[in-house]
Amino acid sequence: MDNHVPTQDSLVTVHNLTFSRGDKKIFDDISLEFERGKITAIMGPSGTGKTTLLKLIAAQLFPNHGNIMVNGRNIHHLKHDDLYTLRKRMGMLFQSGALLTDMSVFDNVAYPLREHTHLPESMIRTLVLMKLEAVGLRGARDLMPNELSGGMSRRVALARAVALDPMMILYDEPFTGQDPISMGALVHLIKSLNITLGLTSIIVSHDVHETAAIADYIYVLSEGRVIGQGTPKEILDSQSSWVQQFMNGAADGPVHFHYPAKNYMDDLLHFEKPPSSRQRLSNNRAIKRKRYS
Amino acid sequence: MEFFQYLGANTRSSFTKLGRGSYFLVHLIAGISSVLVRPRLLLKQLHSVGVLSFLIISISGLFVGMVLGLQGFYILSRFGAEETLGVMVAASLVRELGPVVTALLFAGRAGSALTAEIGLMKATEQLSGMEMMAIDPIKRIISPRFLAGVLSMPLLAALFSCIGIIGGQLVGTGLLGVDDGAYWSQMQANLDFQGDIINGVIKSIVFGFVTSWIALFEGYDSIPTAEGVSRATTRTVVNSAFSILGLDFILTALMFGDN
Amino acid sequence: MPHNKTQDTLVGLFVASGIASLFFLGLHVSNLSSFSHGKTYEITARFSNSGGLKVKSAVSAAGVKIGSVKSITFDPKTYESVVKMDIDAQYKTLPDDSSASIFTAGLLGEQYVSLDGGGSDDYLKNGSKIEITNSALILEKALGQFLFKSAEEKKGSDDKKGNGKK
Repeated sequence: MDNHVPTQDSLVTVHNLTFSRGDKKIFDDISLEFERGKITAIMGPSGTGKTTLLKLIAAQLFPNHGNIMVNGRNIHHLKHDDLYTLRKRMGMLFQSGALLTDMSVFDNVAYPLREHTHLPESMIRTLVLMKLEAVGLRGARDLMPNELSGGMSRRVALARAVALDPMMILYDEPFTGQDPISMGALVHLIKSLNITLGLTSIIVSHDVHETAAIADYIYVLSEGRVIGQGTPKEILDSQSSWVQQFMNGAADGPVHFHYPAKNYMDDLLHFEKPPSSRQRLSNNRAIKRKRYS
Repeated sequence: MEFFQYLGANTRSSFTKLGRGSYFLVHLIAGISSVLVRPRLLLKQLHSVGVLSFLIISISGLFVGMVLGLQGFYILSRFGAEETLGVMVAASLVRELGPVVTALLFAGRAGSALTAEIGLMKATEQLSGMEMMAIDPIKRIISPRFLAGVLSMPLLAALFSCIGIIGGQLVGTGLLGVDDGAYWSQMQANLDFQGDIINGVIKSIVFGFVTSWIALFEGYDSIPTAEGVSRATTRTVVNSAFSILGLDFILTALMFGDN
Repeated sequence: MPHNKTQDTLVGLFVASGIASLFFLGLHVSNLSSFSHGKTYEITARFSNSGGLKVKSAVSAAGVKIGSVKSITFDPKTYESVVKMDIDAQYKTLPDDSSASIFTAGLLGEQYVSLDGGGSDDYLKNGSKIEITNSALILEKALGQFLFKSAEEKKGSDDKKGNGKK
């Protein structure tokens, strides 16, 4: 399956990627291109492994087959030090913000600068205040992460992600669980950062309208495959019933509302002993360990 | 049949875990050099690992020493050997109870806290976040805590023994009428610096090493959910206790075997 | 990271008290303080049996500890036990015809070497040998001899009685 449109200048290329957890294939031979300086969105229903894809791109996970080229280098073949050098030029915005809870907002944003540069403290202060100003939280610099709302911590995390002026940012579900106002603020922020800093952005999201509003190119994933791609307009006009179901939020369609199960009537009529708790526990453990290790 | 399968799978997974743990240990020891460049990281951890365990160690030491004084007196007085109370109290504290009880308390007080802290940092993606900032979380988060644990343990154990010896003296000479001079002089005559004190310190360093390793690894390896972290915390305390007691036997056999 | 003075002070106090405890254990609880300072000189004594004497056992004169046992070796030619002792240099006026005996402190206590002064005008110095020695009292041997003797005596008296009957 080789359905990607080749572009001249892509920063990240995902090539024939296969990744599985246990017996379940998360990605089945997919290929994606992420163009330099553009906002590319990866959309799809929950559980299609969108976050996993970001972790693969950041080399926090390793693929079973295929490769991922970041800035012309196979990120999974890099040595530890080279990988860390590359990561300094990559920012990632986690769903939770992932702020260090034992430091103030200011110190969180200053942290990568202090770790990776030898700038004097006065310069660091200026840089941090500039980044915080950009996300509108200069006034919150002395707060601790547990005093921030979800939207605020995500904005602080964004300020931290751009602290080292990276070449790309990976956004993991930036719009989930946001009220309309902070959602609007984030949409605006991502777009303006992309333009002013010349960043390449990769957004993973299932919020159709917000993402469509700012993305230059969209991939729609489902069940480990790319089921649609194109500009937001092309996607919205797509004839594919899969894409239509996702974009319009229909409850049932090619993607089933029900988790795979046997026949409903059979299930109701035949009582079956549930698996022993020990067995279930060890199954769960095996699954969880694979998922998080 | 199912039972054997379960057993086999469990054995295999515990070896896998030991392997991961050893890899983790190598990685964290390699990270210690970068802690030495940033002493402030270590200082902060010495505070949370050492200073915050200070009180529980002191109070426990006092009571253990007092109990030893009482029990020792009852038994020794039957043989008319009350003057050797000091030897008994000091030898049991310096050789065994100091390092072992301190390590057990340390596992309960500091070890469980370390596991929960690291586990929660993992659950809230802070560790992954650091990796993405190109900061090795093992160097910045794990190694300083490990070093603080290894350094604190002998200090805490020495403190425990001292306070225990003073507690034994309070009971022995204050309440039960053992001669104060005999308490100290017998102790000095019979406890050897090399054989007793140094060996006790070596024991506590070993316990500090193992307890900190277990606590940090359980946190780092935990399943990042509320349940996962709570299980990891329990495992830290249980596994540390087993390792401490098991290692104590081996170390005692090695150190005091020829006496 | 902001500097936190209180935290620094607490850590300082913790480390200081830990190290103080180690010193206390070293100097006040164990035998490190006795004899590790000051100079010592070495003397040698040969015993036909050194019993339960150990390295670091006390060497005393008139009940006062003046040194400790440095090494105990077996001489395969003379079948004797060679005991080297370190004596505190301040006790330099021990007569060179002093005798060394191995005694036990109390019935079940540790064994120690006791030096009993002679009448010579020359003093023990580094490398001196003590000529007169009394070996350790081996309880089993003493008991055995006692039992043997009493058995012999009994036998002797039985014989006499038997003779008398005849």
